[in-house]
Amino acid sequence: MSKIIIGPFNRVEGDLEVQLEIEAQKVTSARVNSTLFRGFESMLQGRPLGDALVYAPRICGICSVSQSVAAAQALSQIYGISPPENGQRAINLMLANENAADLLTHFYLFFMPDFARGIYKDRTWFSDSQKRFKAMQGVSSARAIEARSHWLKMMGTLAGHWPHTLAIQPGGCSRSLNDAEVMQMLLYAQKLRHFLENSLLHDKLENFLALENEADLQSWQQQHADSDLGLFIAIATDLSLHELGKSDALLMSYGSFPESNGQRLIPSGVYRNGEFHLLNPSHIQEDISHANYQGDIHSSPWHQAQMPLLDNPDAYSWCKAPRLKGEVAETGSLARQVMAKQPLILDLIQRYGSCVYSRILARTLELVKLTVQVESWLQQGFSETGHFFTEPGDIVHQRGVGLIEAARGSLGHWLEVKNNRIYSYQIIAPTTWNFSPRDQQNTPGALEKALENTPLYDGETDPVNVQHIVRSFDPCMVCTVH
Amino acid sequence: MNILWFQSGGCSGCTLSFLGLEEMDLIEWSRSMQLNWLWHPSLTEHSGSETQAMLDAVLKDEIKLDIFCLEGSVIMGPKGSGRFHMLAGTETPAKELIERLSEKADYVLAVGTCAAFGGITASPPNTVEATGLQYDQNFAGSLLPTNFKSRAGLPVINISGCPVHPGWVAETIGLIRFQKLKTEHLDPYNRPRFYADKLVHHGCSRNEYYEYKASAVKPSDLGCMMEHMGCVGTVAHADCNERPWNGNGSCTKGGYPCVDCTSPDFGHLNHSYQETPKIGNIPVGLPSDMPKAWFIALSTLAKSATPKRLKINAISERIEISPEIKRKKL
Ligand code: SF4
Ligand code: SF4
Repeated sequence: MSKIIIGPFNRVEGDLEVQLEIEAQKVTSARVNSTLFRGFESMLQGRPLGDALVYAPRICGICSVSQSVAAAQALSQIYGISPPENGQRAINLMLANENAADLLTHFYLFFMPDFARGIYKDRTWFSDSQKRFKAMQGVSSARAIEARSHWLKMMGTLAGHWPHTLAIQPGGCSRSLNDAEVMQMLLYAQKLRHFLENSLLHDKLENFLALENEADLQSWQQQHADSDLGLFIAIATDLSLHELGKSDALLMSYGSFPESNGQRLIPSGVYRNGEFHLLNPSHIQEDISHANYQGDIHSSPWHQAQMPLLDNPDAYSWCKAPRLKGEVAETGSLARQVMAKQPLILDLIQRYGSCVYSRILARTLELVKLTVQVESWLQQGFSETGHFFTEPGDIVHQRGVGLIEAARGSLGHWLEVKNNRIYSYQIIAPTTWNFSPRDQQNTPGALEKALENTPLYDGETDPVNVQHIVRSFDPCMVCTVH
Repeated sequence: MNILWFQSGGCSGCTLSFLGLEEMDLIEWSRSMQLNWLWHPSLTEHSGSETQAMLDAVLKDEIKLDIFCLEGSVIMGPKGSGRFHMLAGTETPAKELIERLSEKADYVLAVGTCAAFGGITASPPNTVEATGLQYDQNFAGSLLPTNFKSRAGLPVINISGCPVHPGWVAETIGLIRFQKLKTEHLDPYNRPRFYADKLVHHGCSRNEYYEYKASAVKPSDLGCMMEHMGCVGTVAHADCNERPWNGNGSCTKGGYPCVDCTSPDFGHLNHSYQETPKIGNIPVGLPSDMPKAWFIALSTLAKSATPKRLKINAISERIEISPEIKRKKL
């Protein structure tokens, strides 16, 4: 058996280290370490409530709006209010815009460049992949960056700027929007559609969304082999990415995008071995047996440890281990699209489980779906007489929880108030779930499990399969630890 | 030019903002600036041992480092050890590497308020002992001493902002590329003057409300946010209302106050960010270069002359009263 430590990783947000035990060219065990601690939760203690909206987005520069939405939702429960219809739609648009921008960035800039690495130079697809995706050179990557900047112009209109807006408030949105502005935003949305249709798919978004299973997808690939996604599917088949990075964790979604009919576009729930269950948020606990904190080993987010402790011999990460009634959960696009019972993704999960291939396809599909959804929201527009903002009155509850879906998965903020000030603030981010360390039972987190049995190539120092698996989760270490 | 971008105690937001550069996509821009990226945490290819080998080569002067960018604060804790951020895959505290790389670079750029002054990451209680690269809030001298100069003879260039505007970074690097950035182009906090010599108030779409002290009282109102909602655009050094963000945006256009995110004090406010502290009815923070008595006299006069249009619109979500159309007598 040999041991290797890999780090630093790039094309993941923040600093990440992975320790592997290897035997006969296979990973036998993995430990994942987030190496940076900042202490946001203690910064918020004792501050005025509204300051949560200044601090929360700055937890993470890539899902900053998601952090704001979670904070605003927790605050809205404290005040016992909810945003008016227009305000909620504006917030949904901001969240969808950010999620889509993240999914786009992940595919083109973080994930695909690994297939342009020298180790693949003998593969038939190599020169094509290199031309399109090579880091800081690829033609498709360059076009994706351009498409992303255009798409984010929607944020200028909705949110003042991105990242780090204060436009998302417990009572709604600080900016009212008129029809002319909606027309402008529709053009930004259509620009993204053009990019996706001309580069990612070489097909209409709607045609792609109509695929129902793996067989459909494979025949679609034959007809659109020269699109960016067509190339990915060819690579995935060649490298058997459906066998790589399997996690057996349950899939979890908090649900997202509340609509005026009281329904949410993405439902909340849990998926375990082919069955759907309701999610009970009071089953969420965090375990710090292998994390650098002092306090109770196991506790609910209302009583969580925040103070660092560097001399626990078992600890190897700043990430805590969240568990749902003791179970490991995986979260992200795949979990959401399974929960939404999206036919193609349901078929993939039933065939292959959660693996590199299904995670990436779920993300791509969600990117396409969100683009169409944003267009449709904009075509419906806002009510001309309705409001964007409801003024909060007095504090009516001492506790509020914001449970939302960031691009990378389920994000929760637990906020408790005393004497008009923030008494405690606890954050569990998507990657805290996915990249969790071991718990008291020594059960590995989702990525740790997904890395087990990974085959390595001869003489690799930074195994490329490990790179694929790590990035297939679209990890964000700055959120994870905060 | 070889450029190396490193992240420590921050949120990656400055990188993600920079990636949104609108004039040109970042790949084409890098080409036209003849930048060779030795490493960028979000953008370059190699990881792990290859990255460590590259860092070694820079530290041994085998690879020239033209521009070193730090994003995020320097993490000094616990007790000066830097162990709250160890560079992954190494036994090295990030702060050690940051210090050594700074000594090798022609130009050192602190990108964003965290790297420049400590920022939000250094917010009290500052458990992690976060600080800026050459400044700790508004005190010069932190990880790098007050008299630190990079190889080209400049102090750390503080492109502060939370997040940074992509144009601020791109133009600073452009000026370096064409050797046009001199010490005198930096303000007293070493921020590039091209944006730090402006005030956020310049060009704010709410200026007319400001003139008449027609003030917003809650988010979504159209009025000026100085009197009640914590806007410090009249003292905040940045060109945010002259240079649009993400197409057409700015904080004040977005309906929320400027919270002075480019300042060395950002993250250290001792009152609520979204409320204006007042003594009596007078806001505590007055506009730059304005004596208090003048401000009071002018505001009283302005308030007495506020047109109804502005009074009403200031507290509305939409324009309720349109400006009168003046017809010319022919
Ligand atoms: S909102 Fe702020 S920046 Fe705009 S006019 Fe008022 S004080 Fe100036
Ligand atoms: S308007 Fe103020 S808070 Fe907003 S980005 Fe500019 S300087 Fe920062």
